[in-house]
Amino acid sequence: MVTVNGEARSAAGMTVEQLLASEGYESGRIAVELNGDIVPKSRYAATELRDGDTVEVVRFVGGG
Amino acid sequence: MAVPARAEMDEALFARMGPELAGKFKNARVAVCGLGGLGSNIAFALARAGVGELVLIDFDRVDVSNLNRQQYKACQVGMDKPSALAENLLEIAPYISLETHFERVTADNAAGLLRGAGVVCEAFDVPEEKSMLADAVLSSVPEAYLVAASGMAGLGPANSIRTRRIGRRMYLCGDGVSDVSTGLGLVAPRVMLCAAHQALAVLRILAGEFDV
Repeated sequence: MVTVNGEARSAAGMTVEQLLASEGYESGRIAVELNGDIVPKSRYAATELRDGDTVEVVRFVGGG
Repeated sequence: MAVPARAEMDEALFARMGPELAGKFKNARVAVCGLGGLGSNIAFALARAGVGELVLIDFDRVDVSNLNRQQYKACQVGMDKPSALAENLLEIAPYISLETHFERVTADNAAGLLRGAGVVCEAFDVPEEKSMLADAVLSSVPEAYLVAASGMAGLGPANSIRTRRIGRRMYLCGDGVSDVSTGLGLVAPRVMLCAAHQALAVLRILAGEFDV
């Protein structure tokens, strides 16, 4: 199991890119934290999730 | 009107904060990316707190529609924002060091523009640019902390604005949901609340207090 924004997901073995697609995130408007570190966008396709990982997806909305 | 001498202004901050903390603020270099409602208010707060050096970056000019929430004056409409904000900051903190860049931050130039900054404030408007800057700082400016914002539009309750820590080097302020494209846009006190969260996060990082 992988914890995604506090909820358990069967995402072990998926890449970050696949997880984002399956959860419906627009990759241009987010930041992704994996086990305490931010994953660079260039690594989304190559970063594979493992059992026990914790992922936090931060969504940016407009205004500033 | 005469401006107080540098030593007198330093002494006033030292007396209030103690030389150690005042020294940490004075020796800091903080970048503010985007000088709108968030960035202009963040810069005011940091300048007043005695941060020694600010890097001010924006590609835009002061517009009459900015005056409802941004720290510019009616007589500055049409000026480039970095120059206008520098003028206003120097009236408050005449001995601060300011580096201004009238240009757009991109994935390619971010590392160069932000070199040497201990903390970078993300104060952009557009979600894609916020996301780009987070990626650029966390990938290409290895020692810097990022203090970003998401969700401060409208008249929602003050207490829904909060600061979260995202990983080791990123802080995120805002309510996370209030998008400027829905509802009545940005109003001064709520944008200032979010800017205050960001400015306080910066000072806490400089002070070595990393919890939220």
